Amino acid sequence: MNFIQTFMDGEEGLFKPNSLTPMQKMILRFVVVGLVYYLFALVEGMLMRVYQVTPIAAIPPDQYFGMLTAHPLVGIFGSTYSIVFGAFLFLVPFLMSKPLWSIKLANWTCGLIAVGTFTFWFAGFLTHYAPLYTLYWPLPADFTQFSVWGGTFFILGIALIMVGTVFFVLNIFRTIAYTPEGWEKQDGKGLLASALGLSGLKNLFRKNKKEHMVSLPVAAIARGTVDTALNAGIILFTGVLILIYMIAEIAGSSLKHSSIDALLYKNWFWWGLDLIADGLVLIFVAGTWYLLATLITGKKLFMENWARAALFVEMVVSWTVWSHHLMSDQAQPGILKILSGEMVTAFELITQGLAFFITLITLWSARPLKMTNPLKFLLGGLLGFALAVPAGIMQADLGLNRILHNTQWIVGPHVHVAILVGLTMTLYSAIYFLFPIVTNNAKLYSQKLANFHFWAHLLGGIGMGAFMGMAGLKGMLRRTIYFDGEYSLYMILAALSGTLLLLAFLAFFFNIVMSVGLKGVIGIFMPAKSNTKDLLPAGK
Amino acid sequence: MVDSNTVLLGQTFAYTFYVLAIMLLMGWFAYNVTKSEGSKEIKPALFYSLVGFLILLGVSLHIVTHETIPWKPMDLNRADIKADKTFDITVADHKFILPSEKMIINTNDKVMFNVTSKDLTYGFGLFREDNTMMFQMQVLPGHNNDILWHFDRPGVYTIRSTEYSGPKGIGMIEKNVVEVID
Repeated sequence: MNFIQTFMDGEEGLFKPNSLTPMQKMILRFVVVGLVYYLFALVEGMLMRVYQVTPIAAIPPDQYFGMLTAHPLVGIFGSTYSIVFGAFLFLVPFLMSKPLWSIKLANWTCGLIAVGTFTFWFAGFLTHYAPLYTLYWPLPADFTQFSVWGGTFFILGIALIMVGTVFFVLNIFRTIAYTPEGWEKQDGKGLLASALGLSGLKNLFRKNKKEHMVSLPVAAIARGTVDTALNAGIILFTGVLILIYMIAEIAGSSLKHSSIDALLYKNWFWWGLDLIADGLVLIFVAGTWYLLATLITGKKLFMENWARAALFVEMVVSWTVWSHHLMSDQAQPGILKILSGEMVTAFELITQGLAFFITLITLWSARPLKMTNPLKFLLGGLLGFALAVPAGIMQADLGLNRILHNTQWIVGPHVHVAILVGLTMTLYSAIYFLFPIVTNNAKLYSQKLANFHFWAHLLGGIGMGAFMGMAGLKGMLRRTIYFDGEYSLYMILAALSGTLLLLAFLAFFFNIVMSVGLKGVIGIFMPAKSNTKDLLPAGK
Repeated sequence: MVDSNTVLLGQTFAYTFYVLAIMLLMGWFAYNVTKSEGSKEIKPALFYSLVGFLILLGVSLHIVTHETIPWKPMDLNRADIKADKTFDITVADHKFILPSEKMIINTNDKVMFNVTSKDLTYGFGLFREDNTMMFQMQVLPGHNNDILWHFDRPGVYTIRSTEYSGPKGIGMIEKNVVEVID
């Protein structure tokens, strides 16, 4: 096949979108949406990297901050939520050997996230609405700086994503608990109790221990989904609160900002935000490591009961950890700073440390392993969290936070290394693993490109985090603009590392498009030919 | 009092050492997981030792910093410590409103900065002439935002907002407005 033929039909013409089941199409749609929004976040990220070297005259500061506001939200909701939700809506039925409760609802989730992300991104792009993802009160309702209409559409976009998220939560828990048509009645309550860890908790006090009714990865997905649900509730509530101010402003009656206590609001909102950063991300990632380790090795997980317990502890930790974001808030009670901010946060070192160790030992027990794409990206993901979690624990200390808070240290070695190296490489591992399964054995176009993808992403991600961190230790703040080149050297090196990340993604994207072909990509979005609820076509 | 730059230098050494160690470990693991030589068995004792080590590390980190970073206990107990000097600063409409006279501090003074916001959430940080940060805090409207600091060496410091308060906030810099003299 020549280049044009491969570009149109995919590598060796092996990918046949008409052969896909509705479930396969569903997950592939999520992945395509997730990858497109990853590209959005990456391009915005690169523009901001260049801006940190030297401000670009064509981009005024308010547009820069518009990008800074949209960038993490596009990355988390548009990209990560899409890929993770798609994967879990496929994996829960796969692991429980039962159909998804509703494929239609899953497609609605995908559509709402895609439309919602574009809505808030476009509102921010047009109007430069830029209160950042932190939304510190009363900035989101400061209409002397921001357009009220831009803000209204921005919040509506986020609300659409949250509605899609609620649909995902409903679909996951209904799938775990329901009895498919024609099946023998299932113990729905028992399944949910097992998934949430309640039966495991009761086992501690029972003489005759009961078997777990769901597998460990399903338990991880369920526990992370609890945090997803709570987070959606917090964000929806906060969105409604801000919308009230916006609607009042549009109606010509400005509401008093002082009606809402800025510190109480900050506690409330960080409690919700941390359900993502310190909750569902860590739980979902640990669950994905365990799943990948067992799938790659074909072996039972090392210390499985400890792994289950650690997932439960992580869920509880995620409800009580938010105060590490308020260590520089002098009005925050000291007891909360010490207990929630320092002590509970330190538990993440323990839970993530155990997940890291359990995964490595499970892999080790199956030696010799072939260094496949899923394995090498899994090891990259493990390294990412091994670097980022201790960086976070250090800044969650009252002494160190005083000299690190809001510097580039926070967002470099901690946030970007955790997300780009830890989380994204784990997701890539899952994508490479699932690729032949969900495409009915389509062939990867180029292994050399996959190798380049791995090394460029790993070195780019770690390099960017490291140079941002060095600038942070020299006092560079994370949410401002430097006009006099104070940190140019570090920012040039960070931008070069960012370029590696961009090249890595372009290599991966090209590799995937050449593997399935342009016709294949379009075919993914066409209705499925069959209406089976099976995950894979008959005979696969 | 130990300088905040010295603390950051210590942190840099500790974290760099850790980063190199974990990278070497992962490189070693990735190489050897593809080989068949050696034992595949891992004794549970190693796992339980790791659990113990992580608990010890997580708890001891904060105890060590409490005992070695002087501003940590000082901050927690600031209500009970008498300041040698107090400066009241107001922030409104993206501007710092400083005391009418230059803020001069004698070496070894403990100084309280009381910062009040009239509208948005801001930050308050003191920066050295080489742009490195000495300390910072958040400034929330409707709340007391105070920080006590022990100045033990001469220097000239710039105040800037360390929190984003909208695009108008990027100019919130008051150059060389705090001076510590012998």
